[in-house]
Order: sequence, then structure tokens, then C-alpha cells
Amino acid sequence: MTDTNISFVRQEMLQGQTPPLGERGIVRWVRVNLLATPVDAVLTVLALLVLAWFLPPLINWLFIQAAWVGPNRSVCATVAQGGLQPDGWSGACWAFVNAKFGQFMYGPYPIDQRWRVNLVGIMFVALLIPLLIPKAPYKVLNAIVFFFVFPIVAFFLLVGGWFGLPYVETSVWGGLLVTLVISFVGISVSLPLGIALALGRRSKMPVIKMLCVIFIEMVRGIPLVTVLFMASYMLPLFLPPGVSFDKFLRALIGVALFASAYMAEVVRGGLQAIPKGQYEGADSLGLGYWQKTGLIILPQALKLVIPGIVNTFIGLFKDTSLVSIISMFDLLGTVRQHFNDTNWSSPQTPMSGLVFAGFVFWIFCFGMSRYSIFMENRLDTGHKR
Amino acid sequence: MVSQDISPGTDSGKVSLLNDPKFRGYLFQALALLIIVVLGYWIVNNTIANLQRARLATGFGFLDGRAGFDISSSPYVSYSSDSTFAKALLVGILNTLTVAIAGIITATIIGFIIGIGRLSHNWLIRKICTVYVELFRNVPPLLVIFFWYSGVLAVLPQARQSIALPFGTYLNNRGFYVPSLIMGEGAWLAGVAFLIAVVATLLVRRWAHKRQMATGQPFPVGLTAIALIVGLPLLALAVKGFPMTLDYPILGAFNLKGGSQVGPEFISLYLALSFYTAAFIAEIVRAGIRGVGKGQSEAAHALGLRAGTTTRLVVVPQAMRIITPPLASQYLNLTKNSSLAIAAGYPDLFAVGGTILNQTGRSLEVVVIFMIVYLSLSILTSLFMNWYNAKMALVER
Repeated sequence: MTDTNISFVRQEMLQGQTPPLGERGIVRWVRVNLLATPVDAVLTVLALLVLAWFLPPLINWLFIQAAWVGPNRSVCATVAQGGLQPDGWSGACWAFVNAKFGQFMYGPYPIDQRWRVNLVGIMFVALLIPLLIPKAPYKVLNAIVFFFVFPIVAFFLLVGGWFGLPYVETSVWGGLLVTLVISFVGISVSLPLGIALALGRRSKMPVIKMLCVIFIEMVRGIPLVTVLFMASYMLPLFLPPGVSFDKFLRALIGVALFASAYMAEVVRGGLQAIPKGQYEGADSLGLGYWQKTGLIILPQALKLVIPGIVNTFIGLFKDTSLVSIISMFDLLGTVRQHFNDTNWSSPQTPMSGLVFAGFVFWIFCFGMSRYSIFMENRLDTGHKR
Repeated sequence: MVSQDISPGTDSGKVSLLNDPKFRGYLFQALALLIIVVLGYWIVNNTIANLQRARLATGFGFLDGRAGFDISSSPYVSYSSDSTFAKALLVGILNTLTVAIAGIITATIIGFIIGIGRLSHNWLIRKICTVYVELFRNVPPLLVIFFWYSGVLAVLPQARQSIALPFGTYLNNRGFYVPSLIMGEGAWLAGVAFLIAVVATLLVRRWAHKRQMATGQPFPVGLTAIALIVGLPLLALAVKGFPMTLDYPILGAFNLKGGSQVGPEFISLYLALSFYTAAFIAEIVRAGIRGVGKGQSEAAHALGLRAGTTTRLVVVPQAMRIITPPLASQYLNLTKNSSLAIAAGYPDLFAVGGTILNQTGRSLEVVVIFMIVYLSLSILTSLFMNWYNAKMALVER
């Protein structure tokens, strides 16, 4: 009886077998992602061909052939163009960007006063970063300093004329400085103004509603250059004789008004998406209009439209480049201005300058859009249906 | 604010007038109106005073005056520096419309391709489309214009070393040269034939739809349409013995002769607007297609529809409903961005208006013209898109 039991019971699990070669690792990935169907295979080959045609010259131009340092245009021009490079050479002229970097950042701002811009920049970053990190403490204090104290300090520092600082008029501001100042002011003015306009448009008072609709639709119907044009040519006509505005301020007003009309439409979208029950619930609690709006409606509505708000910010940031049309020099305008510098003009200069300017704009805009995605996920309370 | 109703009972006497929401509503509105009227009066007063002080005349009479400046591109109306300001503005408006319409068509095509590409199962295609969208969405349109204008087109070879492209076209730093079509006698018949073909196609489509609804038998409408629209004009031309010739550009010693030239200003603006707006359209298309529930295409498959038919009859009509409103605002954006033409030197409305302003100093009138034209373009586009949207909208019980 002891040794008649011939039944076999396996005590341990079988070792899992590795999947067949076509179902694992890189082979599977390639099969599923690149060669799933014949059409996919053809598309992959086509895409690879396009990349092979496009990427090597691009990398070559951007990095390998590029002239990184040099005293003047000779490093960026071929022998036939009066330079040092061999004929047929084509590469980015980063030496130009290197030499003009200070100009691109500050414009013609006096060189011995540039520390003031740097100081404002450091303050800006030091205040902005804790504001963006959700876990950082003292949010309210930080926001108050950032939106109310910082602009005043920055104004006195940048403009000067007080406390022994020499006066720097706005006509010598330029480069990234102008881009950032216009965007910052535009963003911090257009959001509250846009919310006010959106509330006005949703108001039950016909006169207020009509005024807001007229403003929003008029501004949205015309291009920003026209608004800037108006701000620069018409504002002086509207004011009493003798009163004159700084040109920079005029552009600021134009940009802020323009952006606030777009912001109003974004916020209105959020307001419309709030279910009626929320309004009625607030009413039944006995909240007044401002309590209802500020405590119940706006927090929900703004959360819903974060992507739209950030898109408007990005649009505004990009639109600051248009001030060069009313002969102010933002980053793009300054870069273009320096194409004509005889010391540096070569066939490669414009492209290099534009790629640099594009890169700077891209970093800012891409950063904003990534942050908005992060914020959206963080604030997502799962109420979305 | 006004929605709250105070009951007309006994309490109403005790409530101060200032706490009555209805009264407060009227008060605020009256205040707002008063501020606007006073502000408007002040502005108008100041403007009149300023204009008088600067001895500037007002009114639109100056539009009949001699313009005195040249416009580099006027393909529709004959314009010279002896023409009137009004005609110069007309040229500008037509140029704006040209670049806007061409840009809208190209941007839509590129945008749909990229948007669908972002949803592709193919990893490589998906990534390339994502890079495209992220690249163009995050740079200013002005920069894209300069990129084409001073970065690409300006460094093309000179006319002597023009790059020859297929179909007898040439590319150099003065623009793109294409063969021009010279219509001979009787060529109008082809145009008439084309119109007849379009009408016939529409009729066939209606009839085919009716028949399919009644009997279930499909009819190859697409093939018939191609046959009609290509065939009829060709037939008409054959009857007249092909009365048209192509004028090819010929490479001379210093320049190209013949053909028609598309200037680098137009090309750079057109390409920039198309590529820039296409990135936004791609995102709209992607959102639209993803917005159609998965159950829709699964149900279509369950009914036995093939993949192509599912896309055409089930997914696209529903996606278009989501896509249309934001697409309309992108078209408007493109039209408004065409005012950046001034950066490339293309004589659109804004550039021509700017020149007129510099010559005559009539800032008020020029800005009014800008606003009227751009606002009417906006309104026309939104009316059309609203009509289309209403046509496509979900018909509910």
C-alpha cells in the first residue's frame, strides 16, 4: 500500500515560458507599433524616408557645421561671400547669437544699468516658482507679493528716476525684457478684466450685458495689429491736447484689452458649463450675488477652463511679438533689427537668429502648456462626466 | 441680481430702496450708461479739438484722391499709382481675401492629415505629427512668416540659377514661376460645361440618395461626379479644338520670361499662415474624432459596415459636429492673422491702409475702414459657419 500510489501531484508551479520571439521585447513593439498592417508598414517606410531626408541636414546645420564662436561675420560666410568658410558651407551662425545675446535679452537698455533688469528677473523667478509648486507654503502671501508688491518694485527698478537710480525711458527697453513685461502685465490685467466682462455678459441687466457684448465682439472681430495701431495712433487723439502717453504704455493697454476679450469668452464657457443646480443651491443658502459668484460659481468655472485660460496666456505671449509692427522692439523685433548689422550680416544670420528667437518663445509656451496639463490633473476632482 | 423677487407683501415698505435688487439693477445700469456716455462725449470732444488743432480735415472724401504709390501685387484689378485711394484699398481687401481663402484651404488639408495622424496606430507617424503640432503651436505666427521670408525664400538662388521644378515651374528668390494659362476664343464653353457638370452632379447625388433610401441599391456617385466634372469641360474644349495655350516661363540670361510669378511675399505669408493654423486645426480634429464614442463605431461594425464606410457615415458626421465651432474660430484667426502680411511686405488691407495713413495722416478714417472690413469678414465667416453648424447639428425630438 505504501508504494502502490503512483499518482503524481506536482508540488511547485511550472516555470513560465518566455513568449515566442514575435511576441516580446522590441520585436513585438516594432510589429505592433510600426508594422501592424501593410498600410502601416508603407507609412513607416515613408516616414523613415522623410526623416532620413530631413534630419541629417538639419542636425548638420544646427550643430556640426555651425559656427559657434567668432568675432564677426567672417566665421559665418563662405570665401565667396567674403568670409573664412569653404565654398558650399552651410551652418548655423551661433556666433551671431552669442555676440548679440545681451542685446536680445535687454535691447538697448544701458549696459551699466542691466543689473536692474537682472534683479527684477531674479525676483520674478524667486516669487513665481513657489507660486507654481502646489506644496510650497504661504500661497496667499506669495500671490499678494507677486501680483501687487512685485509690479510696483519692478516698475521703480526698471524705469528708475527715484532713489538715485538713473531714469531709463521705455524707448530704450527691448528684447526679451519687453516681451516678458508686456506678457506679465497683459496676463495679470486680462484675467480679472476678462472675468468681469464674462460676468457682465452673463448679467441679467440688459445695459451691462449689451456693453460687454459690444466690447467683446468688436475686439474679437479685429486683428491685434489693428488694436495696437489704434492704441498707438488713436489714443493720442482721444485725450485732451497736451496729455501724452508713453508709447510702451499704449501698447500695454492695447494688448491687455485685446487679451481680456478673448479671456472673457473662455471664462463664459466655464460659467455656462456650471449646472443650474449650483446657482440655485447658492441662492437657497441665501448667498448674495458676489458671495454666490466668488464662492460657488467662479472656483468651479475657472477650474473647468484652465486649459482655455492658459491657451489665451500662450496666445498673448506669442502676440507680444506683434508690437514690432508699431516699431517697438521685443525679442523677435530685436533679433530682426540685428540682421542688418554690417558686422554680422551673412546668408546664415537671419535663419540662426530666427531659430534662436523661436527656441526662446517655444520654451516659454511649451512650459506654460505643460504646467497647465499638470494643474488640470491636480485639480481634477473626478466630477467630469 | 434682479432675479430675486421681493414679495409684495407687508415687508416691502420697510426695505430701503437701496436694498431692492430691482432698483439697484436699474441704478447700476443707469450709472454704467452715464459713465459710457460721458466718456464717449469726452473722447469725441477731445478728438474734434485735436483734429482742429492739427488742422486735419475729416471725412472720407480723400478716398477719391490719387494714391501715388505702387502695389506690388494686384492680380484682379488693374492698379497703378494714378489710381484712387479707394481702388488701393480694394486691392488690399482682395489680397487679404486671396491669402485668407488660400490659407484656409491649405491649413484645413494639412490640419486634417496631421490630426488624423496623431490618432494613428503607427508610433512613428503619431510622434512626427505630435512634434509638428507642438513645434508650430508654440511659436508666434510672425516668426513663422519671417522664417519663410528671410530664412527660406530670401536665401534661394538668384533668377539665373533658378531651381527647375516639375511641370515647367521655377523657384528663385523672386518667387515661384508657374506656366500661365492663356484662354483662346471659345474657352468660355469649358467654364459653362464645368458649371453644368457641378449642377448635374448635385442632381445625381440627390437622385441616388433617394433611390438608396427607397430600394437600398447604392449608386457610384463619386465616380459619376469625377466623370462629369472632368469629362464635360474636356469634351467642351475638344469640340472647340482646345483653344488654350500654356505660357511656360523660360529661363533667360538674367530673368525668367513668360509665365506668371507668385511673389515671395505671398508665398511666405501663405505658407506661414497655413502651417501655423494647421497645428491648431490638427488638435481640433483630434479632439473631434476622439469625442465620438467608441460605441458608435462598434455598433457600426456590428451592423456589418466596413471600416471605410464606418468612418464616412458614422464617425465623421458626428466628429464634424464637435469640430465645426472651433474650426470656425480658427478660420477667423487665420483671416485676422493675415494682417501680419505687413511683416513680409505683402500688400494686404492692413499694409495698404498703413501706407495711406502715412501719406494722408487720416488715422481716424483708416482705422474705421479697418474695423468695418475686418468686422464684416468676421461676421460673414461666423454666419456661414453658424449656418453649417445648424445644418450638421443633432436633430432631436
